[in-house]
Amino acid sequence: MLNRHPQIIKGREVVDDDWSVLKLDEGQTADAVEVPAGKIIVPLAVWQAQRDALADRAELGVWLAPDESAASIKDDLQRFTVIAIDFPKFTDGRGYSIAYNLRKRLGWTGELRAIGDVLRDQLFQMARCGFDAYATRQDRSIHDAVKGLSVFSETYQATVDNPIPLFRRVPRDTPAEHRDIGAGI
Amino acid sequence: MYRYDHYDHLIVRERIAQYRDQVARRLSGELLEEEFVPLRLQNGLYMQRHAYMLRVAVPYGLLSADQVRMFAHIARKYDRGYGHFTTRQNIQYNWIELEQTPDILTDLASVEMHAIQTSGNCIRNITTDEFAGVAADEIIDPRPFAEILRQWSTFHPEFLALPRKFKVAINGALEDRAAIAVHDIGLTVVYNEAGEVGFKFMAGGGMGRTPILGSVIRDFLPWKHLLTYTEAVMRVYNTHGRRDNKYKARIKILLKALGVEEFTRQVEEEWADLKDGPETLTQEEFDRVAKWFQPHAYRELADTDVAASQPDNRAFANWLNRNVKPHKVPGYAAVVLSLKKTGVPPGDATAEQMDFVAELADRFSFGQVRVTHEQNLVLADVEQSKLFEVWQLAKSKGMATPNIGLLTDIIACPGGDYCSLANAKSLPIAAAIAERFDDLDFQHDIGDIELNISGCINACGHHHVGNIGVLGVDKDGSEWYQVSIGGAQGNDSAIGKIIGPSFSAVQMPEVIGRLLDVYVRCRIEGERFVDTVQRLGVAPFKEHVYATPIPAQELVGEDHYA
Ligand code: HEM
Ligand code: SF4
Repeated sequence: MLNRHPQIIKGREVVDDDWSVLKLDEGQTADAVEVPAGKIIVPLAVWQAQRDALADRAELGVWLAPDESAASIKDDLQRFTVIAIDFPKFTDGRGYSIAYNLRKRLGWTGELRAIGDVLRDQLFQMARCGFDAYATRQDRSIHDAVKGLSVFSETYQATVDNPIPLFRRVPRDTPAEHRDIGAGI
Repeated sequence: MYRYDHYDHLIVRERIAQYRDQVARRLSGELLEEEFVPLRLQNGLYMQRHAYMLRVAVPYGLLSADQVRMFAHIARKYDRGYGHFTTRQNIQYNWIELEQTPDILTDLASVEMHAIQTSGNCIRNITTDEFAGVAADEIIDPRPFAEILRQWSTFHPEFLALPRKFKVAINGALEDRAAIAVHDIGLTVVYNEAGEVGFKFMAGGGMGRTPILGSVIRDFLPWKHLLTYTEAVMRVYNTHGRRDNKYKARIKILLKALGVEEFTRQVEEEWADLKDGPETLTQEEFDRVAKWFQPHAYRELADTDVAASQPDNRAFANWLNRNVKPHKVPGYAAVVLSLKKTGVPPGDATAEQMDFVAELADRFSFGQVRVTHEQNLVLADVEQSKLFEVWQLAKSKGMATPNIGLLTDIIACPGGDYCSLANAKSLPIAAAIAERFDDLDFQHDIGDIELNISGCINACGHHHVGNIGVLGVDKDGSEWYQVSIGGAQGNDSAIGKIIGPSFSAVQMPEVIGRLLDVYVRCRIEGERFVDTVQRLGVAPFKEHVYATPIPAQELVGEDHYA
């Protein structure tokens, strides 16, 4: 099955998109499935089974399921234009750790796209874990979803989007009484 | 206590804006209920039997008098005039309207409070010893570390959709009063041989359907590595914790499946990459947080023999004996205000009582109150010379029952009266037992004992670690109670053993009576109930309890359950 999102969020913009995501239908196997021409994001298993045939493609993406690890593509990173991580259910948080590993461990700097059950209220945390592209669920307004990226203007912990935690970034010694506590929203 | 700075305020206020918007989208139908559920849960909002229930975070159980007043205000304005303090040192309101929740959060924010991560599959409120900072046996005050962890875990983007809930407790004293062994992560503050401060790091404890005590995965972790090491544990858990079965999703199951050695190896491997990274704590950051937990401006006083000042007052002596705890500063004491008066659900406090506690705190205890995981409140810094006055005042509001640590200091979850997951009621069982053993002389004779009741296998009432544990079970659609004995919390934590077939509600007080008969008959000098159980095993207790049938209409009539 080939999924196409005419538009995705890239960075903080809604943009047209011409990539397709290949998912195996029931009965299809990774080594036999035919990978159509064009910009396509294939499952990890297809990449592994058809590596030789796919290696020449100018533009290729791969997507990881939540139980697949970043490490499984660590030697192949330069062959991909896009890496996607699938969220089969938005409540399954493994994709956040995969994203972290791709960015922080393996140093992936290309596009990291969230696909699957991607909803507005997850985008902020996805961005913090290193995603920079979001194929949001198509039954929802993508323009509404963009708003999910600007929820908080400050965060405590170090992670991919901001590797320095708040306590190292700013002086935090001014007692609350001396601040305008209503500021910010 | 910790005070918010600009950043803490900003984050909480932006959270309210986010949540207000989510509620509006839910009400307009833009968000489906199934999409809204994880969002509201991360904000402590459950749908219960009758209404929404809101759980408000009390970080490590510490409250200012103004925060307690705000609780009273919320109870009056948005609920039915009371709140329920929980075993996780939080407060719950049972009769909440969804539409009002953003306003409640706004009210809470005005006193530096929130409901963030009080529920859902994320890192929950971090708990600790209610006597932190004042306990005579304290090694190091754990609260600065709890606050540092609170901030780190607040909206940690990677760990908001974990396989399951995640609970962390920290103990800073010789005696563990934070039940660390039954937490996903349990930390004890220790010194190493070189005199440096660090943590003994336990993981994989928990109760619920499969009770397991935590395992030590590191004997000594220098304090600067607290966040990086915790992050390593969380990443291993997030990646490998089971998600196919929610009953097997807690970290305890992963740890058991891998074995402690393999689990630890994976954590250490993960940590090797994080160690000494930017999340490593600095002395400045520790000092910044710790300065909010400095000792109060104590007066120079000497310890006095308070009981001697009221030689003929047995009631006061009982209260001193049970509800007053030693303090590390001479001339001071910590007072436990009992929320376990017979006839009142354990942990419930009315708005009037909350206002009153706030006033007591302002007058007698530097304006602070703590919540205990046994569901009582504490005034931690009372001058010994004021104890009599505090006792009289507390008595006038029904908060001086001298039963702390005794039979009627029951831990009980809300059970079938409120909770939609319950198999059975728990509050009426607590009430019936409290009524039957109301006699204080008898209770004082029995001495230290923990009776814990949960309305279902989820174990919110800590029944597994009760010296006597009562668990509500469902048999063919009716409510029954399974009894275990020998459980314990603290340094000698143990999971209780089931004594045999379950009982009906009306049999429960007699069951407890028979367990106590065996204890009274067999105890040796100075032995607590749990010691006797551990010495003799379950057999003699079981034998006596089941020796003759227990009438189903013993003592308590149907009316009590109406
Ligand atoms: C009324 C609404 C409540 C609901 C729906 C609820 C739900 C649950 C569930 C599902 C679990 C099992 C989690 C697991 O094993 O993975 C659990 C455990 C627990 N809950 Fe609650 N609970 C409620 C109220 C409370 C209250 C009032 C308290 C405190 C008095 C509490 C404290 C706990 C504790 C201490 C555990 C055991 C944690 C462990 O297994 O390590 N809960 N709760
Ligand atoms: S133990 Fe069961 S009945 Fe009691 S509060 Fe927890 S989920 Fe509800």
